Amino acid sequence: MLILLNLIFVFAFFILLLRSSKDSKYFKFLSILPFGLFLYFLSFLQSVQDSGAVLIKNDWIPSMGISLDFKLDGLSLLFSLLITGIGTLVFLYASSYLKRHIYLNRFYCYLTAFMGAMLGVVLSDNLITLFVFWELTSITSFFLIGFNNEDEESRKSSLWALSITGLGGFFMLASFVLIGHVTQTYTISELLTQSSVLVDNTYYYFIIFFLFAGAFTKSAQFPFHFWLPGAMKAPTPVSAYLHSATMVKAGIYLLARFTPILSDGDVWNLTLMIVGGTTMFIGAFTSIFKRDMKSVLAYSTISALGILVFLLGLGTETAIYAACTFVLVHALYKATLFLITGIVDHETHTRDLVILSGLKKVMPILAIAGFIAALSSAGIPLTFGFLSKELIYGATTESAVWTNESVIGLTILAFLTNVFLTSSGFLAGIKPFFGKLPEQFNEIKMPDPFLWIPPVLLSALTLIFGVAPWLVDQSLLQSVAANVYGSSIGQFLSLWHGFNPVLYLSIATIAVGTALYFVIKPSEKLENKLSVFEKISPQYIITELSDQTRIFAFKYTHFFQNGYLRIYVMYIIVFFIGVVGYKLFADVPLKVNTEDLSAFRIYEFIIFLITLAAVYIVITTTSRLTSIAALGIVGYCICLIFVFYGAPDLAMTQFAIDTLIVVLFVLVLFKLPGFLKFSNTKIQIRDGIVSVAFGGLISLITLQALVYPSDKEVSRFYADNAYLLAKGKNVVNVILVDFRGFDTMIETIVLSIAAIGVYGMLKYKLKDGERSE
Amino acid sequence: MEKDQNNGNSADNTVLRTSTNYLLPLLILFSIFVLLRGHYLSGGGFVGGLIASIAFVLHSFAYSPEETIKLFRFKPMFLIPIGLTLSFLSGILPTFLGKPFMTGVWFADSVVVIGAFGTALVFDLGVYLVVIGVVLTILFTISQNVEE
Repeated sequence: MLILLNLIFVFAFFILLLRSSKDSKYFKFLSILPFGLFLYFLSFLQSVQDSGAVLIKNDWIPSMGISLDFKLDGLSLLFSLLITGIGTLVFLYASSYLKRHIYLNRFYCYLTAFMGAMLGVVLSDNLITLFVFWELTSITSFFLIGFNNEDEESRKSSLWALSITGLGGFFMLASFVLIGHVTQTYTISELLTQSSVLVDNTYYYFIIFFLFAGAFTKSAQFPFHFWLPGAMKAPTPVSAYLHSATMVKAGIYLLARFTPILSDGDVWNLTLMIVGGTTMFIGAFTSIFKRDMKSVLAYSTISALGILVFLLGLGTETAIYAACTFVLVHALYKATLFLITGIVDHETHTRDLVILSGLKKVMPILAIAGFIAALSSAGIPLTFGFLSKELIYGATTESAVWTNESVIGLTILAFLTNVFLTSSGFLAGIKPFFGKLPEQFNEIKMPDPFLWIPPVLLSALTLIFGVAPWLVDQSLLQSVAANVYGSSIGQFLSLWHGFNPVLYLSIATIAVGTALYFVIKPSEKLENKLSVFEKISPQYIITELSDQTRIFAFKYTHFFQNGYLRIYVMYIIVFFIGVVGYKLFADVPLKVNTEDLSAFRIYEFIIFLITLAAVYIVITTTSRLTSIAALGIVGYCICLIFVFYGAPDLAMTQFAIDTLIVVLFVLVLFKLPGFLKFSNTKIQIRDGIVSVAFGGLISLITLQALVYPSDKEVSRFYADNAYLLAKGKNVVNVILVDFRGFDTMIETIVLSIAAIGVYGMLKYKLKDGERSE
Repeated sequence: MEKDQNNGNSADNTVLRTSTNYLLPLLILFSIFVLLRGHYLSGGGFVGGLIASIAFVLHSFAYSPEETIKLFRFKPMFLIPIGLTLSFLSGILPTFLGKPFMTGVWFADSVVVIGAFGTALVFDLGVYLVVIGVVLTILFTISQNVEE
């Protein structure tokens, strides 16, 4: 499986070799890849059903507990099938939808890489690996949302999506690290047995809230939901794939995966219920007032994600079962609606629901597909949606678990949400097709089969599973629910439960929802009324906050990064004096040991005098070259001191470096005009104080270091083993090329980057004619 | 702005040029010597590289940076990737023998001057080349930039 995943990524980059325009007819064959994967995962159906899970182990960094272990259980399998199955259809669809787009090859590269990353997320059995793939989905989706990169809105939306999901991912990593810290393992299947260790831990609340931050941002939960409508700037196949069926469900996957591990029956569930409940209500309510078909779908998707979180929060057997079923139900009907929206947009060049109507005359097959999807979203019997709606109401009305007040509250919330969703489903799936066909649409033909087959296929599945739920129930959904619930589920999907409150609720939902659809017509006026709330919306607050941050960052940077090297150097030195000086005077008893110092030798004294004289020249001279030469003398004097105290390697290097520095300075300064008087007495006094303080501090530290016996263990190890282990007698060099060879390698790379930097900066300027002289 | 033409082709460079002609090979030989002895005595790739760079800088002072680049037949910048590759290969070699990355592998035990010959020396040679490449790239780029 590891090789398979790797191949997906490699394959993604090979796609770039195809030429967008000339090879455009070959792109549809790329869908063989997701289809093959779909069949591959389908072949695991039986073994997952029999044995529960298939484990594949690969070591990555065993010393840190990081592995590339993959685990295929019911939950992973459901998501893998969704990713590859809907992936196949989207691959087919996009080949026609984006025909002859000049970056078609890039598009497929991103899409394939995204698919690989998403599979990685749902298959990983290791938290760190999961995180890596998780971030990869954020990055690939960034490219997909911003695919129309010449559109400013598109770029902005993709940046928002990346920032929000990236921020969440960051918190999620923190949560994972804490989990690893508490349980000493990153392996998810091992965590299942450590549930109580985690729940009783002092870090428990940090763990779950950081995890929530990751899941809620990815799955567009309130108050982070606003990136999802923005992400609709992406081409429609992307919206269908990422923003309804797969990526946004990654957060749901994460929560579902951790429900048996982290659920404490209290805070975990309550938070999910509140956040999910808020999200599902707000999303559904907003969706019925939108004019843009895609916006309707975006908000109803937010609502659906809210429902999933809400159900996971309820956490009862029925609720979990309902959530698992709803994942599949929603993926099927929402992807259908998105794909249909894409076709409508592609053929009529508008998505405005006020204009669109009567398209069933020109696209009859699509009208049927849209109709089925809308019915499924409304939960009309004989569609798959009916079954999940029954389960949702079943979950909120379980009188055995909830008190009477909660039953009423939860049910009303679910009822309202479902009413709105029914209405918005009709808006997107039925409204464009029924009524009178406007004249300008008379000429529209059926689109080509690659466009209409995918939505029709999906809606057919909606119908098939609705009539014959056992096809997916026993084989898949049972084991999914068992994975999330922690033990097997004692229920089955069935078409008929008898006359009970749940059925009445379903009927009422459909009736009220349909009525609402006929009462509320999308119009500009309604949309404007709704925009009053924007001032208090999370989007407004967060955007405002980020703008303020940017302004602050700008001011801050201007204050500290003012472009004068001398100021930078002074900041660094003053900061150093402040921090180190404080530590030295506050914590260390100052003691200068004068007894063990060796006596002054005459040549040391001479060197000292030369240095002093050279420093004096540097300060007082009015010629640049003289000061450089004098600085060189100071450097050579230091080399001599190294020689006196037995550090020949250091001295050699210092000699060479000093020579080169003088040469470099001469090269640069040679052509500059003579000394100008830059500084007045005030600045000179300031510089003097800083310099003396710095020099004094360093001397003090050096003297202090002599007082305390130093730890010789490391140096003794190197000295003892240089010849034994590395066959070298020069310890300094053995450390450089052998013991710490890796450091040296990195340092050479840093040096190279510096050289490339200098070269790039100077050459670039010359070529551009930007030099002012 | 005042321009000093002393860098070019005047006669008072004769002494410097003549001595450079002899010093350049000597210094380079010396730098290689420093590089090779590094494993047993003071020296090594870094210092060796610096000494070699100084030799070339001296040459560019006596003639001009362009003349020095001509000695190379290619831009000194290309020494950087060559050196990095050498270091990296020396590190990766042990992995083919089933040892961890950058484990020392020894080919011969007692060679004159060098001592033991192994991947450490190849690595050091890489460092030597990178240092020459980096120093010369920076100095020549700056000096050419100043002249224009």
